Amino acid sequence: MESRKYPEPSVVREELIKKYPPKVAKKRGKAIVINDPETIPPVQANIRTIPGIISQRGCSYAGCKGVVLGPTRDIVNLVHGPIGCSFYAWLTRRNQTRPDGPDDKNYMTYCFSTDMQEEHVVFGGEKKLKEAIQEAYDIFRPKAIGIFSTCPVGLIGDDVHAVAREMKEKLGDCNIFGFSCEGYKGVSQSAGHHIANNQVFKHVVGLDDTDKGGKFKINMLGEYNIGGDAFEIERLLEKCGITMVASFSGNSTVNQFENSHTADLNVIMCHRSINYMAEMMETKYGIPWMKVNFIGAESSAKSLRRIARYFEDEELMAKVEQVIAEELPVVQSVINEIYPRTKGKLAMLFVGGSRAHHYQELFGELGMETISAGYEFGHRDDYEGRKVIPNIKVDADSKNIEELKVTADPEKFKPRKTEEELEKLKAEGLDIREYEGMMPDMKKGSIVIDDISHYESEKLIELYKPDIFCAGIKEKYVVQKMGVPLKQLHSYDYGGPYAGFKGAINFYRDIDRMVNSRVWKLIQAPWEETTELEANYVTQ
Amino acid sequence: MLLRHTTNKPVERHALTVNPAKTCQPIGAMYAALGIHGCLPHSHGSQGCCSYHRSTLTRHYKEPVMAATSSFTEGSSVFGGQANLVTAINNMFTIYEPDIIAVHSTCLSETIGDDLQQIVKKAKDDGKIPEGKHVIYAPTPSFVGSHVTGYANMVAAMADQFAESTGEKLDQINIVAGWMEPADMREIKRLSKSLGVTIRLFPDTSDVLDAPQTGKHVFYPKGGVTAEELKSTGDSKSTIALGCFSGEPGGIALDKKCKVPSKTEDIPVGLQATDRFLMALSKAAGVRIPEEISDERGRLVDLMTDMEQYFDGKRVALFGDPDDLIPLTEFLVDLNMKPVHIVSGTPGKRFEQRMREILKDSVPDANIKNGPQADMLLLHQWIKKEPVDLLIGNTYGKYIARDEDLPFVRYGFPIVDRVGHSYFPSVGYMGGLRLAEKILNVLMDRQDRDAPEESFELVM
Repeated sequence: MESRKYPEPSVVREELIKKYPPKVAKKRGKAIVINDPETIPPVQANIRTIPGIISQRGCSYAGCKGVVLGPTRDIVNLVHGPIGCSFYAWLTRRNQTRPDGPDDKNYMTYCFSTDMQEEHVVFGGEKKLKEAIQEAYDIFRPKAIGIFSTCPVGLIGDDVHAVAREMKEKLGDCNIFGFSCEGYKGVSQSAGHHIANNQVFKHVVGLDDTDKGGKFKINMLGEYNIGGDAFEIERLLEKCGITMVASFSGNSTVNQFENSHTADLNVIMCHRSINYMAEMMETKYGIPWMKVNFIGAESSAKSLRRIARYFEDEELMAKVEQVIAEELPVVQSVINEIYPRTKGKLAMLFVGGSRAHHYQELFGELGMETISAGYEFGHRDDYEGRKVIPNIKVDADSKNIEELKVTADPEKFKPRKTEEELEKLKAEGLDIREYEGMMPDMKKGSIVIDDISHYESEKLIELYKPDIFCAGIKEKYVVQKMGVPLKQLHSYDYGGPYAGFKGAINFYRDIDRMVNSRVWKLIQAPWEETTELEANYVTQ
Repeated sequence: MLLRHTTNKPVERHALTVNPAKTCQPIGAMYAALGIHGCLPHSHGSQGCCSYHRSTLTRHYKEPVMAATSSFTEGSSVFGGQANLVTAINNMFTIYEPDIIAVHSTCLSETIGDDLQQIVKKAKDDGKIPEGKHVIYAPTPSFVGSHVTGYANMVAAMADQFAESTGEKLDQINIVAGWMEPADMREIKRLSKSLGVTIRLFPDTSDVLDAPQTGKHVFYPKGGVTAEELKSTGDSKSTIALGCFSGEPGGIALDKKCKVPSKTEDIPVGLQATDRFLMALSKAAGVRIPEEISDERGRLVDLMTDMEQYFDGKRVALFGDPDDLIPLTEFLVDLNMKPVHIVSGTPGKRFEQRMREILKDSVPDANIKNGPQADMLLLHQWIKKEPVDLLIGNTYGKYIARDEDLPFVRYGFPIVDRVGHSYFPSVGYMGGLRLAEKILNVLMDRQDRDAPEESFELVM
C-alpha cells in the first residue's frame, strides 16, 4: 500500500480556526495542539465551551445521574426537575445489569421524576419532592434513593440535601441522599462525575464492613458496563482468582459501594470520571489505586499482570500468565485474519474522558493509526499525565465543585501496603497512583483537540479523509453523510462488549466490517458515474 | 422481567411520575425549527439540554441534527444569559452561516427570567444579525406542557415573526403541520398537489430529516419552508391547522397577525380524519377531490373490509401524544377494535373530551388519562389489571410488550429501535394502509405463533 500523504500539522491547525471570529480562534487555538510525545505541549482542557459553537458536550447532570449513578440497579434515581432531564437519561446509555434473580431489585428500566411545574418553580418544589420520595418508597421499597437536581432546582433554592435528610430519618430503612448536579455546574459532564463521587463516598461507601471473602480483592472503578464490558472483565478476573468487591458502577448494587472499603486495591478504568473516589478511598481507608486499561488485548494482558504484581503473589502471577496464554492465541488468530484489511487505515477518536485514549490500543492492534484524538470532557491530566495536576489553574467554573476534605478514618484506615512497599513496587515499574495520559502514546505530529467542535471535525475529515471516525450519536450521521463510517464509542453502536480479550475480537470484527463495507462504494448512482468515454459516445 | 416492580395495583400518586409519556418543550421547538430551510436551532440554556435533544432526535431519525447552545455556566445563570446569547448569535452567523436562527428557551433561562425578545433586539442593535438574516425566538419553559407544547410554540413563533400581510390575497392555502414525521409532511404535499392546490406547509421537515446519502454532508439540507414562503403565509386565503395541540397555535397566530382565517383539523391519520382533511382542503381551495384520491380511499376501505375479522374486538392500549392518538383511536374504532387504555403525558382538557366522544359507543368505560401522572407505569398497571391484545406507542413500550408478551406497534415519538417511520407516511389513505398492515402483521404473527399445529392456517 502506498503511504498516505498528510497535510502539514501546522497548516491543519490554521485551517481549523481560520473561519472563527478572532476571539473564538484565540480560545480554540489553545485547545488544538500538535503532539510531541517527548515534550508534551500543554492542552487547554476543562474550559467552558464558547456559546454558539456546536460542541459534543453535555452537562453536569448527565455526568452525575447518567454516567456514574445510572448503572446501579437497586437505587431509585429520582430526578427533581421538569420532565425532560429524566426522560433523556432513561435507558439511553446501555449500562447492562444482571440482577441476581427474579426477586433482586432492578430499577434501571424505570424513569423517576418530580415533573416540576410552573407553580413549583414559583413557590418551591421541596414539598413535591418529599411527596415523590414517599410515593417512590411506598411503591418500590428501595434501599436507597438518590435525588438529582436539575437547573431550576438550584436557582429557586430547593434544598435537596435537607429534604434527603428529613425523608431518610422519616422512612428509617432507606438511605436517601441528594446531588447538586444542576446542568449549569462546571463546564461539562465532568463536574457531574465529581459531584457523584463525592456524594457516593460521603453517604454510601464504608457502611458495610462485612468481609465477603476472597484472597485478592479489588474494586473496579470507572467501568460502566456499556455493552457488557464489565461482564467480560469480571470473567477474566474470576478466571484469575481475583475477587471484584465492587464495580463503580457498571452492573453494581448499592451494597457493593457500602462494602467497597473492604477491597485491597482500586483499579481505575476511566480516570476522568472516578479518580476522585480512588484518592478519597486511599486517604480514608488506605487502599492504593492503580490505572488499568482493559481495552485492547495487550493492555488487558498488561493490566492483569499489573494487578498480580501488586499483590506480589507468585501463584496469582502464574495463574494470570496461564489465563493470558489461554486467551491470547484466539485473539491473535483473529488479528492475523483481519490485519491485512485494516493495516494502514486511519482513525480519529473524539470521545469521552478516557475512551479516546484507550481505543487507540485496539486500532493499533489492527495496524491502524490514530492521526487525531481528543476528549469531550477530559482535563489536562488526561492528556498530559497526572504530573501536570499541580500546575492546573483552577478557574471559576471548577472552583464551584466541592472538594471533600477527607482524612484517615480513625477505625477503618488500614494501609494495605506501607509507603516503602509501594515505593518498592514503583521502583520495579508498577506505576501506582499514576496516569501518563493520552499524549505520550500518540505519535509526533498527531493532532490533539479538546472539546472538538462540529466545524473542526468537518474540516479534519476534509483534510485527512480518515477511514473511520469515532465519536457519539450526535456526530454519527453527520460524519457518515460525508462517506466516512463512524463508530460510536459511547454506545458501541449497540454492539460490544469491547473490553478484555473477547471484547477485542468483537471490536476487530466490527471495525473490519465498517471500514470495508460494500455500501460506501454504492453511494454514487450509476448514472452519475459516466466516464469521459461514455460521455463522448453520447455526444456523438 | 424488565419492569419487575410494576404490579396490577394502581397506587394513588400526586407527585411522582414514573416512565413518562411525554418529554419537555425545547425538543419540540428544536424539531419544528429544523423544518425551516437554512435554519439553525438554538437552545438558550445549559449545553446538556441541546445535547440531549440532538441525541434523542438523532436516534429517532438516524440523521444529522444540527443545533447550537448558549452553554450557560453558573455565572451566566446568576447574571443572566444575554451575553451568552449575543455571543452565540454572532458565532453561529460567522461559522455556520444559517439564514435563520430559531432560538428557544429552557427551564434554566425561563427561571432566571431571560427575555428572548429583548436579547434578540440587542443582538440586532449591536449589528450581530447580518443583513437579510433572521433570528426568531419562542419561549419554551420545560415546566409547562410537554414537547408537543414546545413544538406548537415554535410553530406559532414562525407564523408570528415571519408572516406579512401585503393586502393582496394569494391563491394558496396554509397548512400548519402538527407534529408529524417528514414522510407525513411529504404525503400532505403529495395529496395537496393531487388536488391541484398550492399550499404553504410549515414547518416541513421532509428533505431535512430524511436526507439522502450522497457522500456529502449538507449542513442545511434542501428541505424546509423558506423565509419567503413563511412571509407569504400572511397573504394566503386561509389556513388549515393540523392537530389541536401541536398545529392549532400556528393557525391562531396567523389569524391574529394577518387575519388569515384558520380551521383546525385532526392530523389525517386513518380513514375519517383523512376524509375530513381532504374535504376541508377542497372546500378551502374550491377544488374537487380527484378520482385517484377516491381510489386510494377505496383501497384502504377495501383492506378494512377484507381483513375485518382480524381487527374485530381486539383490545388495545395506547400511549403517546394527543394529536397522534386522537385520530388513531378513531381509526381503531373504525376497524372495530377496542381502545381500552389510553395515556398521554401532555396536559389539556380537549384530549379526554375528544377521546370520550370517539369512544362513546364502542368503549364508553375506557381508561383515559392525560397530564400529571398519566404515565407508562399507570398504563402498565391498567394492562396488568385488564389485559389487552395489542400495545401501540413509542419505543419505550417494548419493555411492557416484552413483560406482558404483547404484540406491539411502534407509533409516535421517539422510535429509536426501528426504521421506517421517517420514510413511510402514517397520514392519508396510504398511511392508513401502512398502519393497518402493521397492526395486522403483529396480530397475525401472534396468531401464527400461538396456533395449535392442527389449526395453523395457510391462508388468512
